[in-house]
Amino acid sequence: MQIFNRSANFIAKASIVGLVLVVGSLLGLLTTANRWSWVNNQRVVREQPIQFSHQHHVQTIGLDCRYCHTSAETSTFAGIPPTKTCMNCHSQIWITSPYLEPVRSSFRDNRSLRWVRVHDLPDFAYFNHSVHVKKGVGCETCHGRVDKMPLMLQENSLQMEWCLDCHRNPAQYLRPRSEIYTMGYRPAESQAVVGARLMKEYHVNPRTSCSTCHR
Amino acid sequence: MPGKLHRLGVLSAVVASSVLAGACRQDMHDNPRYEPLEASTFFTDGHAYRVPVAHTVARGSIRTDEHLYTGKIGGQLADALPVAATPELLARGHERFNVFCSPCHGRTGRGDGMVVRRGFRRPPTFHSDRLRSAPVGYFFDVMTNGFGAMQDYSAQVPVPDRWAIAAYLRALQISQHATVADVPAEKRASLDAPATAEDGAGEHAEHGAAGHEKQGH
Ligand code: HEC
Ligand code: HEC
Ligand code: HEC
Ligand code: HEC
Ligand code: HEC
Ligand code: HEC
Repeated sequence: MQIFNRSANFIAKASIVGLVLVVGSLLGLLTTANRWSWVNNQRVVREQPIQFSHQHHVQTIGLDCRYCHTSAETSTFAGIPPTKTCMNCHSQIWITSPYLEPVRSSFRDNRSLRWVRVHDLPDFAYFNHSVHVKKGVGCETCHGRVDKMPLMLQENSLQMEWCLDCHRNPAQYLRPRSEIYTMGYRPAESQAVVGARLMKEYHVNPRTSCSTCHR
Repeated sequence: MPGKLHRLGVLSAVVASSVLAGACRQDMHDNPRYEPLEASTFFTDGHAYRVPVAHTVARGSIRTDEHLYTGKIGGQLADALPVAATPELLARGHERFNVFCSPCHGRTGRGDGMVVRRGFRRPPTFHSDRLRSAPVGYFFDVMTNGFGAMQDYSAQVPVPDRWAIAAYLRALQISQHATVADVPAEKRASLDAPATAEDGAGEHAEHGAAGHEKQGH
């Protein structure tokens, strides 16, 4: 009477190979872990004090990004609008909306709204909005179709490989300065032509040395 | 068997520490310094940034030029720009007007912006005789201090841009009251030429928006 069938020999050998394969592919999977969206928070919506919709304000009303993010073109930080900016309009319209009560009480009590950051690079990486805006990189290129976002989410991974993909070859992404804030931009000619022209015109030369972003 | 147990212990310690090391990443991700607008648990008002003591004047920011900072000369609204009127100034004013004012006043200044169509109080047109004869300093004053239902724009629009907008408003008023006689003789022929897509872009955008609104109701 045989407890183990002959084929058990084969299974035993195969399981050794199988183990190596399984462990190997698990390790392989682990090296891609950084690119999983629940690790880098790509396209994850955050709970905010107010259900603020970019779609409403940008697409429906047609507001320009700069109406609220006033410092994007002049400083490192794009800026989050103070309550007063909301009250420019909401002191008059939708004044009874319950969704806007946090805005009104923030204005009444002079207490800042506490928005939760959606994009947040680690502190050892340096980023600067004004450089990118001046050299012809549109908001849309990095933040996606904000005008189609009922709630804000992070469109790209914001990982180093993403920054470098552009820093190594920016021509594929550049647009004229007049189109920086446009959502749904289409180049008038082929991007190869536009990109090459703007590279020269704006003297674009992004660096890839480590100290550019880790300073 | 102790040898085997020992090895197992070392192995699990290595695995555990490498897993836990992942958590240390956060220290480097979040340095003990404040980012712009970050909240603070240290200060009682919850702000990381400190507001200067009242009446502090930062070096280089004292505002002694009455004309430039208030739009007035000797307490009277000034009817002149404190800066040179250049094509660049008007172009800048055009851009800033479209960003900050057109949502309510409309691109042509007739008070038919998108926010007004959504129920905001309708501002008067800029092309009335009263506003056409108002001194240019008046526009600066309204932007700086607000006017009735309109909040001030001093926080969003810096002083040089406010003058650029004021200059552009004046140009807009003149353009909306222009006659054929105002067009240089050599350019008059082009008036009869069919409009290009570029010319009507702003107008179309507004009509498009109006159509959109109708659909919504
Ligand atoms: C009416 C004001 C307003 C306008 C106009 C506006 N935003 Fe925002 N934006 C906000 C507010 C308030 C927040 C913070 C709440 C949130 O994250 O949704 C924000 C957040 C953001 C964020 C995420 C910030 C973070 O926490 O990482 C991005 C990116 C952004 N806006 C881009 C844009 C772009 C691009 C445009 C122009 C197409 C634009 N916004 C127009 C008010 C505005
Ligand atoms: C330029 C005018 C304007 C500004 C500035 C503005 N809003 Fe609005 N907001 C509107 C209009 C108009 C609507 C209504 C949209 C519609 O009718 O589709 C609206 C709608 C909303 C709603 C939906 C209300 C409801 O009951 O559904 C919220 C929430 C809101 N805004 C929040 C904000 C916040 C927060 C800010 C400041 C960061 C802000 N808004 C700044 C014009 C503005
Ligand atoms: C080259 C890519 C890039 C472009 C172009 C860009 N952003 Fe950003 N944006 C980022 C990154 C990266 C962050 C996160 C910065 C951080 O965490 O320090 C960010 C953060 C933000 C924030 C949160 C506040 C802040 O400054 O950290 C806002 C608001 C914002 N962007 C709006 C805009 C607007 C409006 C534009 C167009 C004028 C724009 N961005 C263009 C990459 C970009
Ligand atoms: C879509 C293209 C694009 C992306 C994505 C991008 N950059 Fe850039 N970056 C540029 C361009 C173009 C410049 C301007 C280079 C120049 O000065 O000519 C620039 C310049 C910079 C500078 C200033 C360099 C200097 O010389 O001072 C820094 C810092 C920087 N980028 C950081 C980042 C970081 C960090 C990221 C990722 C979070 C990023 N960039 C993503 C295109 C991009
Ligand atoms: C264009 C900007 C840019 C340049 C140039 C750059 N980095 Fe980075 N680096 C980043 C950003 C952004 C991150 C954060 C990515 C993230 O959030 O995971 C980062 C993260 C890192 C990390 C940490 C990775 C982790 O998992 O936490 C290391 C290590 C690093 N960079 C090394 C380098 C070295 C070495 C160089 C030069 C060869 C370099 N970087 C050049 C933008 C840059
Ligand atoms: C949120 C809507 C809104 C925005 C944006 C806005 N205004 Fe107004 N504005 C109004 C309203 C409403 C009035 C009429 C106020 C009243 O009569 O109570 C007004 C009045 C004015 C007046 C005074 C007209 C008079 O009757 O004497 C001037 C000048 C003016 N606005 C200029 C501007 C400029 C310049 C900007 C851009 C920086 C701007 N406004 C942005 C809504 C707005």
